[in-house]
Amino acid sequence: MKTRILGVAALLAVIAAALFGLYGVPADLNQGDAQRIMYPHVASAWLAYLSFGVTALAGIGWLIRRDLRFDAVAVASAEIGVLFTALAIWGGMMWARPVWGVFWQWEDPRLTTTALLLALYVGYLLLRRLSDDPARRATRAAVVGLVAAVDIPIVHFSVIWWRGLHQPPTFLSPDKILHPSAPLPFVLALVGMLGAFTLAWTWLLIRRYQLARAELAREDAVRGGLVRRASAAAARPGVAARPAAAARPGLPTSDDGGTPQPKAPAEATQ
Amino acid sequence: MTALRRNATIAWAIARKDAIAEVRGKQAAVSTLTFAAVVLLLFGFALGPDPRRLADAAPGLLWLGLVFAGLLAVGRFHELETEDGALEQLTLYPVDRRSIYAGKAAIGALAMLVLGALLVPLVAILYAVDIVRALPVLSLTVVLGAIGFAAVGTFYAGVTVRMRAREVMLPLLVLPIVAPLLLAAVKATSAALTGDPLGELPAWLELLAGFDVVMLIAGAGTYGFLLEE
Repeated sequence: MKTRILGVAALLAVIAAALFGLYGVPADLNQGDAQRIMYPHVASAWLAYLSFGVTALAGIGWLIRRDLRFDAVAVASAEIGVLFTALAIWGGMMWARPVWGVFWQWEDPRLTTTALLLALYVGYLLLRRLSDDPARRATRAAVVGLVAAVDIPIVHFSVIWWRGLHQPPTFLSPDKILHPSAPLPFVLALVGMLGAFTLAWTWLLIRRYQLARAELAREDAVRGGLVRRASAAAARPGVAARPAAAARPGLPTSDDGGTPQPKAPAEATQ
Repeated sequence: MTALRRNATIAWAIARKDAIAEVRGKQAAVSTLTFAAVVLLLFGFALGPDPRRLADAAPGLLWLGLVFAGLLAVGRFHELETEDGALEQLTLYPVDRRSIYAGKAAIGALAMLVLGALLVPLVAILYAVDIVRALPVLSLTVVLGAIGFAAVGTFYAGVTVRMRAREVMLPLLVLPIVAPLLLAAVKATSAALTGDPLGELPAWLELLAGFDVVMLIAGAGTYGFLLEE
């Protein structure tokens, strides 16, 4: 119930921030209406970094405490992060086309960094898909999430050096590239959108976390069912061999690579 | 100090074992080197016969060739261990996991150096680039790049070794991570080849060295978790 209230509040906040950004703030002097894209764009980029930070921390949590709830937070955060990274890139391209004349600007360090960020975490999600055992999946994901988080600052600085053309981030010096015609409403719209998006992010994270827990519980149930059926079959004379062999891929000791084995229901339902 | 020496001995033993297996097996090493050479040849076709364009693109093509072939190499040194349950045996040894990582990274870096020793002259011949003057700096760049790539590649080879579809997943995970390495190595190489008119060479070499250190620490710190699986 509390989550639902949060969800409704987030929805209303996003609508309010969107309306304010569209109608409450005057259009930018140089860029016109295109500048309004900046409000959701900056908010999405912020959430992308927040998500991947949370994913890395949750990974550390799993490695230390070995509690799968940490892993559920990690996957929830990573998925939402990929969503907002894609949104940030999309918004950036929609803005760049009228303002810079091109969709893709190689000279912008933040655009290229964000594109790599998307590739890193799409890889992270695929890696999770390809690992069947929950503990193994959590460990692989945790270390990969950590190394990716270490890599991001290096990527960012290397790209800045690469062009030798350094644009300061929008949020810290809005006047540099945005030339807002009305500084106060501009900052209000930006901060309002950041707040609204962060509320929405929190709601999404809670919901996706609950879903991840449910998935884990189902995997557990399927696994347990297989083990029970296998041992029941083993108790019956004559039919022991085959069901036990069929159940093997689902057992925690098995590898998920290697020789082709009959598909366990645990894999089939993923 | 003794612990460090012990770990170095173990790492050396692992790297030596893989090197011997590679030298005796031959096929994998030869096919990886051939692959790298063919890639450079195809880059030539892709960019057309204009010598100016090829010479300009040479640093980038060299490093793309090294990265593609290097992916095969680091994957190979983990794949060796999947035969006959060797990986399980390796994890049973009561040794520091970081030394296993160090050994695998060392052999990976060595493989990259061998690739570099082949590809650098090949680039000079195919794309008509004068490398003789730049050779000392070029060698340093290749060494730093080889260490960084092996540090990352070995870690991800450990992640994917027991996974389905590892042939796709290894490059997919490694390539975005090594983007800064590629960038710095290409910049350093082209600075070395042009005599560094902008004086930017030290900065790129520093970035490469920094990348190496950070990734070696990250890899050594996390690789052990992968063997626990």
